[in-house]
Amino acid sequence: MTTIDFQTEPSRYRHWRIQVDGDVAQLIMDVDENGGLFEGYQLKLNSYDLGVDIELADAIQRLRFEHPEVKAVVLRSGKERVFCAGANIRMLAGAAHAHKVNFCKFTNETRNTMEAAGAESGQHYICAVQGACAGGGYELALACDHIMLADDGSSTVALPEVPLLAVLPGTGGLTRVTDKRKVRRDRADVFCAMEEGVKGQRARDWRLVDELVSNATFDQSVLARAKAFAAESKRKVDAPGIALTPLQRRFDGTDAIVYSTVSVSIDRATGIATVEIHGPTEPAPETVEALHGQGAEAWVLRCARELDDALLHLRFNELEAGVIVFKASGDPKLAAAHERMLLDNADHWLAGEILLYWKRVLKRVDLTSRSLVALVEPGSCFAGMLAEIAFACDRSYMAEGSFEGDNRPPAALILTAGNFGRYPMSNGLTRLQTRFLGEPDSLAAAQAQQDRALTADQAAELGLVTFAFDDIDWEDEVRIFLEERASFSPDALTGMEANLRFAGPETMETRIFGRLTAWQNWIFQRPNAVGEAGALRRYGTGVRGDYDRRRV
Amino acid sequence: MFDATNVSYDTQIPNNVGLSGDRRVLKALERWHPGYIDWWKNLGPEGFQEHMVYLRTAVSVDPKGWARFDYVKMPEYRWGILLAPQVEGRTIPFGQHYGEPAWQEVPGEYRAMLRRLIVIQGDTEPASVEQQRHLGATAPSLYDLRNLFQVNVEEGRHLWAMVYLLHKYFGADGREEADGLLQRCSGSAEAPRMLGAFNEATPDWLSFFMFTFFTDRDGKMQLESLAQSGFDPLSRTCRFMLTEEAHHMFVGETGVGRTIQRTCEAMVEAGIDDPYAIEKVRALGVIDLPTIQKKLNLHFSLSLDLFGAEVSTNAANAFNAGIKGRYQETRIDDDHKLTNATYPVAEFKDGRIEIVDMPALSAINMRLRDDYVRDAAGGVKRWNAIIAKTGVNFEMTLPHEAFNRKIGTFAPANVTPAGEVLGADAWNAGRDQWLPSAADGEFIASLMKPETEPGKYAGWIAPPKIGIDNKPGDFEYVKLHDA
Ligand SMILES: [Fe+2]
Ligand SMILES: [Fe+2]
Repeated sequence: MTTIDFQTEPSRYRHWRIQVDGDVAQLIMDVDENGGLFEGYQLKLNSYDLGVDIELADAIQRLRFEHPEVKAVVLRSGKERVFCAGANIRMLAGAAHAHKVNFCKFTNETRNTMEAAGAESGQHYICAVQGACAGGGYELALACDHIMLADDGSSTVALPEVPLLAVLPGTGGLTRVTDKRKVRRDRADVFCAMEEGVKGQRARDWRLVDELVSNATFDQSVLARAKAFAAESKRKVDAPGIALTPLQRRFDGTDAIVYSTVSVSIDRATGIATVEIHGPTEPAPETVEALHGQGAEAWVLRCARELDDALLHLRFNELEAGVIVFKASGDPKLAAAHERMLLDNADHWLAGEILLYWKRVLKRVDLTSRSLVALVEPGSCFAGMLAEIAFACDRSYMAEGSFEGDNRPPAALILTAGNFGRYPMSNGLTRLQTRFLGEPDSLAAAQAQQDRALTADQAAELGLVTFAFDDIDWEDEVRIFLEERASFSPDALTGMEANLRFAGPETMETRIFGRLTAWQNWIFQRPNAVGEAGALRRYGTGVRGDYDRRRV
Repeated sequence: MFDATNVSYDTQIPNNVGLSGDRRVLKALERWHPGYIDWWKNLGPEGFQEHMVYLRTAVSVDPKGWARFDYVKMPEYRWGILLAPQVEGRTIPFGQHYGEPAWQEVPGEYRAMLRRLIVIQGDTEPASVEQQRHLGATAPSLYDLRNLFQVNVEEGRHLWAMVYLLHKYFGADGREEADGLLQRCSGSAEAPRMLGAFNEATPDWLSFFMFTFFTDRDGKMQLESLAQSGFDPLSRTCRFMLTEEAHHMFVGETGVGRTIQRTCEAMVEAGIDDPYAIEKVRALGVIDLPTIQKKLNLHFSLSLDLFGAEVSTNAANAFNAGIKGRYQETRIDDDHKLTNATYPVAEFKDGRIEIVDMPALSAINMRLRDDYVRDAAGGVKRWNAIIAKTGVNFEMTLPHEAFNRKIGTFAPANVTPAGEVLGADAWNAGRDQWLPSAADGEFIASLMKPETEPGKYAGWIAPPKIGIDNKPGDFEYVKLHDA
């Protein structure tokens, strides 16, 4: 199988166009039928596969960093009479289960990013729907802050997955209909059980869309609405953006990737991927002007981008790496200083965007279905956002004192203001709040130690790491843990970890990644969908699915 | 028991479906009726609403004598609901329910699919009336004017037929869709008709004839395949519509034929041998054959788009479900299920046109289109016979199926009428040799002068061989002067 690459840029897009005009951007979906990522299907009617979504994710990211002046993004189709037909069915039918699951997760993360752009950065997505907008197409619309539907008697929104394909609208569809748009549950039931969807006044009355627009004046109305959103936006920047230049990345054989701040190595025998983050070596930029001058070269942004890419690579291309070991090397005080520079200037657009990006990358860590373990070793650099990686892990091991024959400084962990609110998880809580859900005093005790280099004893005492071992026990304990992990069922581990990671309140996001995704992934395994006679397999043949009628 | 062969006039809506005994549907249709009349007056034939027109009205579904001819003002035309008589013991002729008794009620699981098909068919019927509404002003004769109106009122009746099914079988959703059929409008930026060809202009009478030849023939093929439907009321509705549709294609075929005939006669009279001496031919006040060929190219390619994508999931679903069959399904010698059958399908790949075998189920559209092309080719042959008889050396041809397509595998391709694949620039450079140019349109428009005297014909078209309802040549088909 060829490696899936998540790096792209607008000049290489096959499916999207970005047009920026002042504070409004048009993000135009015009999928190249013959541009599928894999063989065996055509991306008809603006249907999408992972390749289309990789470009979308890239476009959303670039709009935030490269076009900070944009306050409203109009998402629309470049094709006549069709907005988007959703995820390509033949692609789904032909894809391995793991790919489907990873694909859905990535598309979900991207949809969340669209919402976050409006909520956090005042860059609002407005969806302009003309023609059919079905399944994943409507889920794209649902992820926007405002949905406009042409009132032309034929443009519809639909979630036909259940009646047509025997699967769920799993890219947030069911959840956003009820939780975000607050469609009455019985109407939602009607809507989700119909193939042909809803148009016109009923779509508006049922809150499936926000606005009906005359077809004849569609473009003007959409632009006017975008301008109104832009005028209301809390984003008050008029600064030039920074270019997200290509990543420095080198594949070293098949088992290693070397970035400028991250290196990945894979031990195929044990199924362990080690992701090592290299802390900064230069002082933090002193001013926001200096930060802006560094742009994509700034350590803190480079590191986020490289870690993000590494995570996606492992998810899609290294299915057998069941354990990810996170290490960090460098000077934790210096790493904290780089973060502090952002925290102190968080109301500057670029500093703010980088912090928000870290928030997203850390969520990507949370949602990575592998056993995650942090090794806080001598010479390590777990401070602030890097410490947050350790808190995202299922377990963390910290080394006590110096190790024999190792002249690196003893392991230290530094909590910063960042750990207490900048990087909430999808449940709306910080990782430390989630960790200490049953012991609020522990949270306060940890906060009292903010900005101090904590030893292993202290960190263990505060409950910030799972175990602390000295150099006598370290190697064996870590080895035994990893060997034990490798002996368990990957499925059971995925389920166990996903359940244990997200304690605390439910949010729309946790419901999407928990309830909706879990049900979808179950259905994706069931013969009624994917069996030889299942609806997904049979889609396009004209023959309907044969269902096992027993309820489970 | 009502008589299903003869039409009852005891309700406002003539019908053979026992409407007077079906209060719910009758009420719904009566509520829909005023909107329909408004639509007809606003978007139907312009300028002729008050004239007496000699029209046929369906009064029975007996194939031997179903129509009556008389003068009527079009808004007072009795648009009826007529279904072909029920065939005792009819079974579903194809798909997974092959051999089961035909459905008299809509099966729940196919409700949405059926409704969509009915709405798409229904949407085309009023569309062509809208497209043709300005033509009355330039009719080449009263005979042609009447034919136009006959086609128009029957398309109106076809709309009624679809609306009846929506009201009768599809509840509140059906009523909503029935209203939608009057809200969309051909060529409207606001709410266009659903299919491309039905939003194109019909600017002149040659376009009208080409449209009724090619596009109504698509209608015929769609009706033929819906007439096979396992949903019996749809089947019966479409079977009766087909009897009317035949006249529409007659109007198209003879209209183009008479245009060709007149051109050839004029060329022979003037001693012009070269059909490509376009200016000389045009100077005779007739439409040169190459321009007619261009019109043919345009309308043929537009009508092929109406068949949808060559490989279609929707078509496969509809066939397998027993909803929409193939042309002359019952005469095809196979299992009627297409479980393992394949069908050759044209495909545009890597800049080449190829034929590949696809599962026959998903190639249903392709097959219907092939049947259509054969059907259309018959008419072209008869036109060529007209030309040959006059001694002019010219042949009309159907362009390659990949030419000028907007839907399906050939949409991105640039193919000449002869089937040669070109680059976009070369194709655009050749466009005006193959498709009517603005100048061609202007020339044709310049000939479009009305001829209103009974028995007289505009100079660019030959008279018909016989009149409608065997009326004499100078019969006053439309009474222009007493309105
Ligand atoms: Fe018709
Ligand atoms: Fe017709």
